[in-house]
Amino acid sequence: MIGLYSPGTSLIHRAPTLLKLFLLSLCVLLIGISPDPWVVGGAAAVVVLLFVVARVPVRAAAAQVAPILLILLVAVPIQGLLSGWMIAALMAGRLLVAVALAALFTMTTTVTAVLEAFQMLLRPFRRFIDADRVGLLVALTIRCIPLVSDIVREVLEARTARGTQGSLLSIAVPVVVRSLYAADALGEALIARGLDD
Amino acid sequence: MSDIRFEQVGQRFGDRSVLRDVNLSLTEHRIGIVGANGSGKSTLVRMINGLVTPTTGTVLVDGQNVARHARDVRRKVGFIFTNPDNQIVMPTVQEDVAFTLRRRGLSPAEIARRTAAALEQFGLSEHAEHPAHRLSGGQKQLLALAAVLVAEPATIVADEPTTLLDARNARRIGDLLHTLPQQVIVVTHHLHLVEEFDRVIVIDEGTVVADGTPGESLATYRALLLA
Repeated sequence: MIGLYSPGTSLIHRAPTLLKLFLLSLCVLLIGISPDPWVVGGAAAVVVLLFVVARVPVRAAAAQVAPILLILLVAVPIQGLLSGWMIAALMAGRLLVAVALAALFTMTTTVTAVLEAFQMLLRPFRRFIDADRVGLLVALTIRCIPLVSDIVREVLEARTARGTQGSLLSIAVPVVVRSLYAADALGEALIARGLDD
Repeated sequence: MSDIRFEQVGQRFGDRSVLRDVNLSLTEHRIGIVGANGSGKSTLVRMINGLVTPTTGTVLVDGQNVARHARDVRRKVGFIFTNPDNQIVMPTVQEDVAFTLRRRGLSPAEIARRTAAALEQFGLSEHAEHPAHRLSGGQKQLLALAAVLVAEPATIVADEPTTLLDARNARRIGDLLHTLPQQVIVVTHHLHLVEEFDRVIVIDEGTVVADGTPGESLATYRALLLA
């Protein structure tokens, strides 16, 4: 979701977020409990079709699914040897379909749409939960990932430039200190933008 | 355009006095504030938006005491920070600009219209759905400006908006600040940025040491730097 959104106007892009979330949850649940390899295979074919309908760039889609392949490279042989190859293939299929569906959701849904969906979901509980605040919390969490990632990269670069190896503490301390400064500055910016209540 | 007044304003952080007995009336279209690091200029402009509350004295914006009516004042006064990375809240460019309008009771159509207009004005339309953190430094500062200006404030306060930018992007932001119809108050170390402003104020060690036309004030500041 941090830069994964792939702009588009396809049917999947335009579908209501809550419907997409519901279908994603339902599909992952059904695939998870189904012992039939044909169901998992059929689901995989449907996922490929959905990617085509969404007109998501192949390279971007592959980049989302690739990390799970690395895990499967290790997990499938172990599972195959311990529980049989059919079960290993089923596990691999389930994981691939679930990850691909989740990737399709993030690539076709903006953060704002997800926040609005959360706020809609939380509306019945508005007496107890401030939906706007929860939405802002989610947005800031997503926003802070690249921010902290940049801080870690800069600290590592500074360490390399100074030719030092150092301990984990020598990375953790400047990262934590700089993250706190960044959080302070972000808080100030939120106040300046009128979110002080 | 806002009428901003500092009346006997002072600020202390612990034992350190950052500002002393500042009396100013800011009514001009474009005002520059210059001074050395630690002179108190950033603290001064932060008071206009209520980000810092003065230890003594009062800051008034259109007659409203900022300390008591900070929320109302922030609707009139937009603030641009030095580091735009700290100002970007939402993941994509379009969402970040729209975020400013979300709590203003506007319809989704009106938010979309005003967001699109702001992105167009700042040449960011083609990046609308791109991740904000992947923009260049100059584009990020443009986004910060767009996100503030979409709320149509009467005054823009910019705290060293060009410090982290290269010369080309700094000039671009500077040119933009010159063309804004809003009242613009800029804190800067880039003196050429304020050379054509209506008024330049020099702050040194927490007090106003020069206040007048850019020619007079910048001459005083240059002499201070050489002293």
